[in-house]
Amino acid sequence: MSFDPAITLFSCHYTSQQSCAEDGKELEQLGFPASVNLVRVPCTGKLQMTTLLQAFEDGADGVYVVGCPTDGCHNVKGSIRAAKRVDAVRAALEELGVEGERVQMYHLPRGLHPEFVAKAKEMDSRIRDLGPGPFSS
Amino acid sequence: MIVAERKPMGEIIEMVQDCKKVLVLACRGCVTVCSAGGEREAEILSSLIRLGMKKAGKSIEVDTGSLVRQCDREYIDEIDQYKDDYDAVVSTACGVGVNFISNLRKDTMVYPALNTTFFGGSAEQGEWTEQCAGCGDCVLHLTGGLCPVARCAKSLMNGPCGGSVDGRCEIHRDVECIWQSIHDRLGSFDRAAQMEVIAPIRDWSSAGHGGPRKVVRDDLTV
Repeated sequence: MSFDPAITLFSCHYTSQQSCAEDGKELEQLGFPASVNLVRVPCTGKLQMTTLLQAFEDGADGVYVVGCPTDGCHNVKGSIRAAKRVDAVRAALEELGVEGERVQMYHLPRGLHPEFVAKAKEMDSRIRDLGPGPFSS
Repeated sequence: MIVAERKPMGEIIEMVQDCKKVLVLACRGCVTVCSAGGEREAEILSSLIRLGMKKAGKSIEVDTGSLVRQCDREYIDEIDQYKDDYDAVVSTACGVGVNFISNLRKDTMVYPALNTTFFGGSAEQGEWTEQCAGCGDCVLHLTGGLCPVARCAKSLMNGPCGGSVDGRCEIHRDVECIWQSIHDRLGSFDRAAQMEVIAPIRDWSSAGHGGPRKVVRDDLTV
């Protein structure tokens, strides 16, 4: 069954710079999926589990986080902390009988890179394959 | 501190499945320090309950509150501000807190969100280890401050046993043989001879084997 997923992306200030380029139009021009709602945060290390869970409560079919490379985080360990919290949310979703793949962490280079769009497309494809989330009705 | 862990979500969802409105009640004591049942964990649990019930096709209203401690009457009294508002309280305190609410509030259904595990400490961030068994007859003055009751797999009083190898316990290589550590520590204080003193057969009645324990301080009762 085809459906239009709702995906929430939390991305740090440094890895989401493309969202600011060309007056905010570059992402769209590069084919960034319309299903992904981008939320920029100063550092993914500040994201709490409750923030990720709230995105699901708000109806997201999938949630993912993009932070700096593990060996190159602007705030040293911010993206490592984020990855740990994503793991914890994934474990909690699985306890509830929900596919853990609905929440993901990516470590991407800072600045303008095609991987930022590629990972959004990957997440869009993954969630379309999984189908509507159990919390999105 | 008392160390605890959240129960599996399946258990918790089962507890509240017939509820329409619950209060997840955090404790700002030990379980906050061990990151199992403080305000942050209670917020996470509230969200997971809402999500779990939604997945089950049920609606539930979940609020979050907290008490300074759930093991003192004066703080339990604060629950009265929520009286009649909830079908149940889901407590993220240790088992003491759940019992205290049950003891003092006969009309409040209370469910445990945690499994209470042990008395322990945290030497590394995010890691807690058992240090004390609360046995009621402390022998730490004889064992270099290291507890054989809590930290020896067999709670031996005259260790080590034959399973001690290279300072590690036979149950797992990750576990230190506490009797080896006791020997080494007493030796560092030139008190290794203490190891040769045979400890008598122990009376375990103070460890709870004589029933629930109680402490009364006459100087504090009025």
